[in-house]
Amino acid sequence: MNNHSTQTVTREAVVEVRNVYKSFKTVKAVQGVNLLIYSGQFLALLGPNGAGKTTLVEMIEGIQTPDSGDIVIMGKHWKGHADELHRLIGLSLQETRFIDKLNVRETLKLFASFYDLNHQRVEEIIDMVGLKDKCTAYVVNLSGGQRQRLALGIALLNNPKILLLDEPTTGLDPNARREVWSILFKLKEQSETSLILTTHYMEEAEQLCDYIVIIDNGQILKEGTLDQLLNEDRAEKLIAFTLEDDQHISNLDYSEMPFPVQWDTFGKSGSVALNQIEADIPTFLSFLKQHNIGLKNFECRRKTLDDLFVSMTGRRLNG
Amino acid sequence: MDKIIKYDQLLQLLSAHAKELLREPGVLFWGILFPILMSLGLGLAFTRKQDVIRDVAVITQHQKSISEADSSSPLQTFLDTRTERLPFQSGEPAQYKLVIPNDKLGNTTFVFKQATWDNAIVMLKRGSISIIITETGDGIHYHFDPRNPEGQLNYLKLTAVISGEPRPQTSDSNIEPLTVTGTRYIDFFVPGLIAMGIMMSCMWGISYGIIEKRSQKLLRRMVATPMKKSHFLISLITVRLCMSFVESSLLFLFAWLAFGITIQGNVFALLTLFLAGNIAFAGIAIFTSYHTARTEIGNGLINVVVMPMMVLSGIFFSYHNFPDWAIPVIQKFPLTMLADGMRSIFIEGAGFTETIFPIAILSIIGVVFFSAGLKVFKWH
Repeated sequence: MNNHSTQTVTREAVVEVRNVYKSFKTVKAVQGVNLLIYSGQFLALLGPNGAGKTTLVEMIEGIQTPDSGDIVIMGKHWKGHADELHRLIGLSLQETRFIDKLNVRETLKLFASFYDLNHQRVEEIIDMVGLKDKCTAYVVNLSGGQRQRLALGIALLNNPKILLLDEPTTGLDPNARREVWSILFKLKEQSETSLILTTHYMEEAEQLCDYIVIIDNGQILKEGTLDQLLNEDRAEKLIAFTLEDDQHISNLDYSEMPFPVQWDTFGKSGSVALNQIEADIPTFLSFLKQHNIGLKNFECRRKTLDDLFVSMTGRRLNG
Repeated sequence: MDKIIKYDQLLQLLSAHAKELLREPGVLFWGILFPILMSLGLGLAFTRKQDVIRDVAVITQHQKSISEADSSSPLQTFLDTRTERLPFQSGEPAQYKLVIPNDKLGNTTFVFKQATWDNAIVMLKRGSISIIITETGDGIHYHFDPRNPEGQLNYLKLTAVISGEPRPQTSDSNIEPLTVTGTRYIDFFVPGLIAMGIMMSCMWGISYGIIEKRSQKLLRRMVATPMKKSHFLISLITVRLCMSFVESSLLFLFAWLAFGITIQGNVFALLTLFLAGNIAFAGIAIFTSYHTARTEIGNGLINVVVMPMMVLSGIFFSYHNFPDWAIPVIQKFPLTMLADGMRSIFIEGAGFTETIFPIAILSIIGVVFFSAGLKVFKWH
C-alpha cells in the first residue's frame, strides 16, 4: 500500500485498490496491486506497453472485474452502485471513436443527456477544451489532437470527482500533447478532481502528476512523488556517455570502475548515477584517462523517470 | 428515484442515430434509390409486352451453305418467299429476317443466319442461338436442347411458319393477356422487395451498426456513463423502423405511379405485419451482433443470416420451384413468412384473419431473439 503520509492528513482516499489480481488466459495482467488515490491528487500510472496499466484502469472504471481483491470508489463497490459511480467518474479510453457524422456540439449534447446536463454545460466544455471554432465540424473531420480534446471534454462533462485518462496523448504531436496538458493544468488549478493518468511518456507523468506509480508486468515497481522517486538512492544526477572505441567495453574490468555503470542493450553507451557530481566527475574522468579510454559523447543531467525505469528493469519506457 | 424513461436521453439518442443514418449519402442510395431501381428494372423486364429477336442458324445440308443448295428445297423456298433478305457484304454468309407480328404477346423477329455446322455449334455454345435448322434429302430437321425452354418455344414457332402456315397471326383471338393488377410479375415482386428491405435494413443497420460501435469502443464508452442501455437499443431500432417505413413507402409510391400497384387487402393488417417483420428482424439483428467486436466477422455473420433467405424465400421468383421437401422448410423462414403475408395483403386482398398467424409468429421470433441476445450481449 502506498504511503502518502503528508496527504492522508488532509485528504480522503477516493479510490482504494486492494490486492487486486486479473489474468487473461495465460497472461497475468495485474498481480497484487495496492493503490490509494486521494482527492485532488493527479496520479500517473507509468509503464511500457503491456505493463498492465489499461487493465488496472479498466478495473477502476468498472469495465473489467478483478479476479480477486477489492476496488472501492468513494466508499462504494461497483456491484450495486454502477449508476451512482458512473456519475462520479469521467473517463477517456484508449483510441475511442465517436459517431463520425455527428458534429462536436451534437456529440457533447448526446453525452450530456446521459448525465441529465443542460446545454449550457455543453457550451462551457466547448470553451474549456478550445473547440469553439470546430463545434459544428463533424467528428470524422477533426484532427487527432482535436478528437482527443473532444474525448477529454466528454470526460469532464459531469464535473467528475475522479478522472481516468488512458494514454490520452499517445500518437499526438508535441503541440497537440501540450494542448491536452494545458486543459489538465487548468483543471488541477480550478477543481478538486482526482486524476488517474496512464502513460508511457515520462515527461507527461513528470509534468502533470504529483504522484507517480511505476508499473511493469502487472506489478508496482516503485511509487512516490517525482522527488521521492528520483532522490531515493540519493543519486539524483547522472552522467551518460558513449565510448569512442567499442572494444574497450569488453576489455574493461567492471570491478575496477569507481561507480556502477548501467550499460545500454548494445553495450555501446552507459550511464552512472552520481551523488556529488562536482567531486565524482573528476574521479570518473581520471579513471577513463588512466585506462586510456576515449569518449565520443559525455553529458551530465538530472536523473529522469526513464533512467529510474532502466535501472529497475534494464528496459526503456518507450523502448 | 430513477425514471424508467429519460426523455431527453432518448431524444438525443434518436436524433444521433437518425443523423448518423441520414448524413451518410450511401444510405439514401442503397436504402431508397436502389430498391426503386430494382423494381423498375425487373418490373419493366417482366411486365411489359416485349419484342424479341431470335437468331437461328440454317444449314441446308451439313457442311454446305444455303447458296449451294438446291433452290427448289423447301427451306430455301421458305427463305426466298417468306423472309426479307438482309443486306450483306460479299464473302459474308447470307441473313434473312422474318417478323411474326403479335399485338398481344409482342413481335418476334427471327434472323436466319447461313452457317456451316461447325459455326452453328459454336454459336449454340456461346448462347447466341438456341436452335439450328438443317435440311437433308429427307426433309427439314430442328436441332435444339429439349431442356432449354427457349429452344422449345422457337421450335414451335418455326415449325408453324416453315411448314406453310398461310400468314402469321397478328392477334391471337384465343389469348387473353392477364395484365390486371395483382396478376403481374411486378405485383408479386414489390411486396417481396419490401419484405427484403425490412430484413436488410435491420440486419445491416442494427447488427452491423452495433458491431461497428463495439469495434470502435464507442459502445464501451457509452455504457461507462449513466446511459440507459435499453434507451440505446430502443432508439437504434426505432430509427431503423422509421427508415424502413420511409423506404417501403417510397418504393410503394413508385410502384403505384409506375405500375399501378395497389394494396387490395387491409392496410392496417399490412402495417401490423410490417411492424411484426421489423420486430422479428430487429430481434435477430440484436442476437447476431451480441458478441463480436470485429466487423469482418460481423459481415460474415450477417451474410449467413440474410443470404439463404434472400435466395430461398421467394423474393425474386416463387420458392415453389424448389423441391417439394424443401418448401415446408422455406415457408418457416421469417423472410418467407413476411413476404408471403405481404403478398397476401397486396395481391389477394387478405386482412387480419389471414395474416394473424405470420404476425404472431414474427413477433414471437423477434421477442425471443431479442431477449436471448440481450442476455448474452457484450457491451464492452
